[in-house]
Amino acid sequence: MRVSADDLRVRLQGRPILDGVSLSVGEGEFVGLVGPNGAGKTTLLRALAGLVPPSAGRVLLDGRPLCAVSRDERARRLALLVQSAGIGWPMRVSEVVALGRLPHRRAFAALSEADHAAVARAMARVDVTHLRERTEPSLSSGERMRVLLARALAVEAEILLADEPITALDPAHQLDAMDLLRAISRTGTGIVAVLHDLTLAARFCDRLVVLHGGRIVADAAPALALTDPLLRQAFGIAVLRGTHADGSPYILPWHRAGHTREDDHDPSGPDPVRAPDRS
Amino acid sequence: MTPPMTPPVTRMTPQTRSRRLVAGLGLLVGLLTLASVAVGYAALDLPAALGDAWAGRPTLPALVLMELRLPRALLGALVGFSLGLTGAVMQGYLRNPLADPGILGVSSAAALGAVMVFHGGLAGSLALALPLGGIAGAALAALGIVVLAARGTGTQGLILAGIGLSSLAGALTALVLNLAPNPYAALEIVFWLMGSLADRSLDHVRLCLPLMAIGWVLMLSTARALDALALGEDIAASLGFDLVSVRLRIVTGAALAVGSGVAVSGAIGFVGLVVPHLVRPLVGARPTPSLWPSGLLGAALVLGADLLVRLVPTRPELKLGVVTALVGAPFLIALLVRRGDGR
Repeated sequence: MRVSADDLRVRLQGRPILDGVSLSVGEGEFVGLVGPNGAGKTTLLRALAGLVPPSAGRVLLDGRPLCAVSRDERARRLALLVQSAGIGWPMRVSEVVALGRLPHRRAFAALSEADHAAVARAMARVDVTHLRERTEPSLSSGERMRVLLARALAVEAEILLADEPITALDPAHQLDAMDLLRAISRTGTGIVAVLHDLTLAARFCDRLVVLHGGRIVADAAPALALTDPLLRQAFGIAVLRGTHADGSPYILPWHRAGHTREDDHDPSGPDPVRAPDRS
Repeated sequence: MTPPMTPPVTRMTPQTRSRRLVAGLGLLVGLLTLASVAVGYAALDLPAALGDAWAGRPTLPALVLMELRLPRALLGALVGFSLGLTGAVMQGYLRNPLADPGILGVSSAAALGAVMVFHGGLAGSLALALPLGGIAGAALAALGIVVLAARGTGTQGLILAGIGLSSLAGALTALVLNLAPNPYAALEIVFWLMGSLADRSLDHVRLCLPLMAIGWVLMLSTARALDALALGEDIAASLGFDLVSVRLRIVTGAALAVGSGVAVSGAIGFVGLVVPHLVRPLVGARPTPSLWPSGLLGAALVLGADLLVRLVPTRPELKLGVVTALVGAPFLIALLVRRGDGR
């Protein structure tokens, strides 16, 4: 199972958003889709999900054009996770997760044993089983994210497309969520996640695809993708690089590129690192 | 992908509850329909009337039953079911608990259609001219909305179009009243607009039943898509729903059910808005389990209100739409206050 884009172009209201994008994601891969605001990340994700018609080029599912795949089959094989829409009604968590089984159910049929089992698996997977009877307004952001992730996992699709899955979370939950996504990819699900946190993206993803101005400017392992020139060109930033005691490298966005550090901070003021009380 | 421990499988108890509620409400609607047939301004020997009607004897009791009581009861149930179901579908589709069946402007357009028939003086010459005018108005409005919906206008666009359409139809209705040849004509129109089930015939039932039934089927066919839409349009699309088709079915279904309802009964407000809120505490917030109960409770409410109209001895008779609004408006205010407290 492999989802790929082949010279994909998308125009929205006459403006080119994606300008010849080609990439391919297979089973078990955890791919981070990064890039500055407006680079076309979400549009690429939606195009991969079949929600945006390409103006040229194609999206392929196992080599077949996505538009030739039936709606039902696509729904069973590609799961989408979007945080921003939230949960519209105060439904119980188990009902929300069960929505992921809709592509597997025949018209007017109730949830089958297999559906119940899949829902239970998905909830156990992201540890929301204890929230089963809770309803939407009582969920914290971290809980809601996990519930929506469980909903996407309940589809049991081969590919999971996640739009900003960790953006609304505190650092602890971001780490949990990235760990979880990586663990899910290790069980065979291919994951494409739009991410803004370069530190976490570089640390957890197998591969980073960097979008800039509707084009892919890098598609490689994190250490190879996020080079200094690329970070300056695509993001306009410079990073600090370090190595953890266990030998794993990390990066930390530090200041805007093209500026010296003195441009960003009052030169007479104390160094920001040594001034934790400066607000 | 096996979890370390299999948690207990969740049973969909709300579905069982919904089924029981549907059975109970169905019974209630049946009883209220019977009561509606039995209650009227003149005493009626119901068994004798039924016997005469069955045998085709045109006796007075049989005529009262077939020409007055039965149409009134049936229309109450049909219009109420349409309003309740459409309210639940609209709220689910627009993800807005304050949506009502007329939100797309179809009710106002149907009212305008009927009012123009009044003004044209056709109402007197042809018994069904009024409802036909209403249906024509609803159809025109629905066509406009459907064109917008097919073009892929989002739900916000549909709501705005509905508001625009309602305002336009309201303004034109006011214009017709303004130009009424005499005060009595204007008064007649105003009374009709208040909504009533009095003096309707089985022809009205025959006219609106097929349209409503198609509308119900179209709307009920979108139940699962409504559930999926709780997570937003992108997720619903990713779950395999064709949102343009869903939108078209809902808009067309609502126009058929509500448009033909307004065409035969005038405007009966608040039922469609209020009913889903009464149902949700019993079956949960997911749209699907609330659809049938909302329709049935809508039918029960309209039948009940219409019984009230006949039992309260005012002169002139209370209008059905006035009664439902008198009950519904305080409920709406209470709802808003409660929402305000919750935040």
